[in-house]
Amino acid sequence: MIINIHKTSYEVASRDFIRSGDASKSIKKTLNQMGFASQLVRKVCIATYEAEMNIAIHSHGGEIILIVDDYTIAIQIIDRGPGIANIEQAMKAGYSTATNEMIEMGFGAGMGFYNMQKCANVFKLESKKNEGTKIDMIFYIECNED
Amino acid sequence: MKVKELLLNKNFTLLTKNSDTEIQINDVYICDLLSWVMSHAGNQCAWITVQTHTNIVAVAVLLDMACIIIPEGIGVEESTLKKASEENLPILSTNLSTYEIASIIYESNKNVTK
Repeated sequence: MIINIHKTSYEVASRDFIRSGDASKSIKKTLNQMGFASQLVRKVCIATYEAEMNIAIHSHGGEIILIVDDYTIAIQIIDRGPGIANIEQAMKAGYSTATNEMIEMGFGAGMGFYNMQKCANVFKLESKKNEGTKIDMIFYIECNED
Repeated sequence: MKVKELLLNKNFTLLTKNSDTEIQINDVYICDLLSWVMSHAGNQCAWITVQTHTNIVAVAVLLDMACIIIPEGIGVEESTLKKASEENLPILSTNLSTYEIASIIYESNKNVTK
């Protein structure tokens, strides 16, 4: 039986590179306060940061939702488009559609989805061109304990 | 070595306020691709990067880094320093190269058991 459920959502603006990363930092603080193992928090932070930067760099804005229950930490990403034309290509490590300006800032290494998949126990991506992108990531609490 | 011990070397300047300089530097990580840093840098490392925009603060805080070091006299945006100061994250500036910075920390740490 699930006893405790925590849910918080964070708005992420498009192209706001001063505040982008703040949602991931807030989620880190929340998970640390809940007493989760440092390696688990690190995995969630890496995956969430990548998703947050994808919203800021590629989308028209979106939302990050943190849901914690007794067994899992779930991160849901919902953005408002423009969506991904070729998901298979986008999932390849090293592939990026970032602009030169973004690449000069150190973004656009094409490692975002790779890092998310590597860190999360479950990774699900849905997207359609000209619509939004939705990502679900689940981290199992038990198998990520220190 | 601790961040405050590195600052005893006159080649280094602390650019931020309210920084936690008591923290131990366990490692050095050198890279300018943020996603690569996110997936490879260890906690309590000194991160040497030529990136100076505000987002480097988020990366360093998320990975519990000891400090960021900006090499070769590169200037840092005031907005980045403000954000780092809010997080008590030390940002150091130096005219030294990445190789020279890493060598100084390596020499200091090589006989210390982590």
